[in-house]
Amino acid sequence: MRIGVVTFPGSLDDVDAARAVRLAGGDPVPLWHADHSLQGVDAVILPGGFSYGDYLRCGAIASFAPVMTEVVAGALEGMPVLGICNGFQILCEAHLLPGALIRNEERRFICRDQRLRIESTSTAWTSGYAAGAEVTIVLKNGEGGFVADEPTLDRLEGEGQVVARYLGGNPNGSARNIAGIANERGNVVGLMPHPEHAVEELTGAGTDGLPFFTSVIRSFVTA
Amino acid sequence: MVPALDTVAHAVADPDREQPWSELGLRTDEYARIREILGRRPTSSELAMYSVMWSEHCSYKSSKVHLRQFGEKVTEEMREHLMVGMGENAGVVDIGQGYAVTFKVESHNHPSYVEPYQGAATGVGGIVRDILSMGARPVAVMDPLRFGPLDAPDTRRVLPGIVAGVGGYGNCLGLPNIGGEAVFDATYLGNPLVNALCVGVMRHEQLHLAKASGVGNKVILYGARTGGDGIGGVSVLASETFDGAADGTGGPAKRPSVQVGDPFMEKLLIECTLEVFAEGLVAGIQDLGGAGLSCATSELASAGDGGMRVWLDRVPLRDSTLSPEEILMSESQERMMAIVEPQHVERFLGVCGKWEVDATVVGEVTEVTEAERARGGRLLVEWQGEVVVDVPPRTVAHDGPVYERPYARPPEQDDLQADLAEKLPRPVTGEDLRATLLRLSGSPNLCDRSWITDQYDRYVLGNTVLAQPEDAGMVRVDEETGLGVALATDCNGRFARLDPYAGAQLALAEAYRNVAATGARPLAVSDCLNFGSPEDPEVMWQFAEAVRGLADGCRELGVPVTGGNVSLYNQTGDTAVLPTPVVAVLGVIDDVTRRTPVGWQDEGLRLFLLGTTREELSGSEWANVVHGHLGGLPPHVDLVAERALGDVLVEASQEGVLAAAHDLSDGGLGQALVEGCLRRGVGARVAVPAGEDPFTWLFAESAGRAVVAVGPEHEERFAELCAGRSVPVTGIGTTHGRGEDAALVVEGQFEVPLGELRESWSGTLPAAFA
Repeated sequence: MRIGVVTFPGSLDDVDAARAVRLAGGDPVPLWHADHSLQGVDAVILPGGFSYGDYLRCGAIASFAPVMTEVVAGALEGMPVLGICNGFQILCEAHLLPGALIRNEERRFICRDQRLRIESTSTAWTSGYAAGAEVTIVLKNGEGGFVADEPTLDRLEGEGQVVARYLGGNPNGSARNIAGIANERGNVVGLMPHPEHAVEELTGAGTDGLPFFTSVIRSFVTA
Repeated sequence: MVPALDTVAHAVADPDREQPWSELGLRTDEYARIREILGRRPTSSELAMYSVMWSEHCSYKSSKVHLRQFGEKVTEEMREHLMVGMGENAGVVDIGQGYAVTFKVESHNHPSYVEPYQGAATGVGGIVRDILSMGARPVAVMDPLRFGPLDAPDTRRVLPGIVAGVGGYGNCLGLPNIGGEAVFDATYLGNPLVNALCVGVMRHEQLHLAKASGVGNKVILYGARTGGDGIGGVSVLASETFDGAADGTGGPAKRPSVQVGDPFMEKLLIECTLEVFAEGLVAGIQDLGGAGLSCATSELASAGDGGMRVWLDRVPLRDSTLSPEEILMSESQERMMAIVEPQHVERFLGVCGKWEVDATVVGEVTEVTEAERARGGRLLVEWQGEVVVDVPPRTVAHDGPVYERPYARPPEQDDLQADLAEKLPRPVTGEDLRATLLRLSGSPNLCDRSWITDQYDRYVLGNTVLAQPEDAGMVRVDEETGLGVALATDCNGRFARLDPYAGAQLALAEAYRNVAATGARPLAVSDCLNFGSPEDPEVMWQFAEAVRGLADGCRELGVPVTGGNVSLYNQTGDTAVLPTPVVAVLGVIDDVTRRTPVGWQDEGLRLFLLGTTREELSGSEWANVVHGHLGGLPPHVDLVAERALGDVLVEASQEGVLAAAHDLSDGGLGQALVEGCLRRGVGARVAVPAGEDPFTWLFAESAGRAVVAVGPEHEERFAELCAGRSVPVTGIGTTHGRGEDAALVVEGQFEVPLGELRESWSGTLPAAFA
């Protein structure tokens, strides 16, 4: 399965996302922000980083990048899209996902091994987890507080669109401890923690992040 | 009003014009020397160039005569892995498998006091560009930091800003921060130390050097536009103390000038530069840091064929009102200068365009006559068709003044050394020892650093094998083979204050030991020598002694100094900071999967203490925390024993017999046990060996020691390895119990549950900055 990883100016975890795809058995394809082409990939990852320096609202400029036209069109047709950290922010700015990410409650960048509960296994990116699985994945962000109005939060909860929730304390002030959400169809997932940094025992917080990548590959093979 | 342009023609026609050389930091004799070199008065642009390039920060004029030892004391053994030594932007070391590594530590002390966030941020940015300009991809950063007392109000202004600046810049660049230091002492209150280290990796053939060769080649300035920030930063900020002119003439106080960083631009600059390297489009390259264009043009020309012509009015500006002098002195960040063959210019500009980085041809390499070459080459700078600079670039870059500053051992040094901490009252009962352990583990210099390090991304790039709080940071270099490098920085300024020669060697020994403890073989050294004013003979003595100690120590350990940085004038009024020769040691490990962690993960492991414990308490954290005392002699230095210990730690790692290893330094064995237990939440049960004084055993800071955890099945082999290197080894106990109810037990003395230890150890910094 070919999974595209978009590099925007200021993307940082693009090499890590590509490595995670490879370790999961997929074929990572580098995509360039300025191209109007997805090169026929089967799924897309928007990686973490500080696109355009994020001097404006995080992800605001990247959401208008040429490649996003194709990403949005693909997502609306059901192509799996995973936005990690800055990628989550870009998905919100592009209105593929509701809500927004704001500055951490304690006003500091935070990097730590974070415990999470996988709340939904009915998305393209989490089908390989056991329902309610508790995992540890790297969290690192400065603006990771998820916010949305109450009806939206209620709808996300009600429709099973909350994908992951923080355990052991809320690290960034996210509403209802939300760490990640999906769109209604479940093909688009935005996640503040970084599963691509939890795919090797040697270099990250264990391997709990790997199923995000194997899930999408397996669903594609069986589809 | 715009002042009239001062051209070379004007300088000839109007030879006696008053010039502000003193305000620019030049001394009378230095100005006279410039006039002698040029055979006329300098133009204002030339004066600007000489003033920044001859500043202490750029010219090393006070330190040069001492730093020579690093070159003179290099042996054949030390040269074995050295590809590029001191003098380039950074040294380069061969780590095998066709890879080379370049690393360097630098200071950004003064700017960080004035404006903590930007000062620290641009310190990271500067060292990253140094590494990049060698042809390497930067792969990790580290930050050794020094602050005033934790409870001082100004520390609460300075520390959060500096930490946020280090994180803000490094995180946005996508470089993992894998370690460093945070040390608190009253002498740093008005002069914090912000040192920044970067390490980069390249293939051997990718090595690039800073020189402008090949007549007709183009000089391309790329990256950020030039603005008015940081004008004279090196001469004004980094080369004098804050309170007025340091020459004692009561000259005008200088306005600090801190640069402002744009890490996003730097990230683009990294990717863009690596791409032009990969495409083979670069003949020479230099980053723009301290002294900006003055430095880049004069150093590139001087190191190359000697001739360069620059059209200064082509430099893209953020502020169109800048004068040529200001453009030459500006320290605007995120800029690089490349020398490019004419046929490659278009492709070079194309790559810059892809990354949306401004790039402009601002000059060319020119021919020089034999006579010009003999004078030091010829650098011509034009402004709107007129020549504003016409100088031999070597005289700007390399022929600056060299001072044999007077130095003298302070008369009170004897009294200081006679005031032994060994005579201070000590805890005796088990209950007192327990209280001391808890108090020390929660003290500012020993407590948990994660309030700081959790603000740094340690995971990005996906190759971080070890990071704080491990003994050394370790990154994987090759995913296929597992080749990696480890880095540690250390310095105990209190030891250096008691004896700068021994103190520098102890810093070296500690960093060496930390690297070896992870299983990596130490290969090379970089240093950042932070001292007070060189005009104070007693400070100069500290400096001279520290350099001598470090150079001798490197020779004994067989690891060369590959480059580094000197930061002087670190003092407040007449009070200098503790002499702080920060030493960074780089090691190589052929397979990172066999790295040795600092904490024990399993119960039932045997714990051994390696090395010899002496009754050495002077300069210790115990003396500092409990008695506020600094006096006596630092721990005994035995580099032969240090090397043997390092060999054992590396060999034991290679054979896979170590479950954990932790170097003993600040806080002694007690602190090492606390950290070893808390790292993975596994307790330990140890016993004081017969005949040992429990207090000395727990809190002495003798060098050359480590505590290791070994599985029972490897015990015999481990003992053989120690015997083979004649390293003293003492069985002290076992790992025992898991979870917060498990305990650190010192038999017959006391026990502390891990939960209580953790509370003491981890609560200090969050409480201070809540």
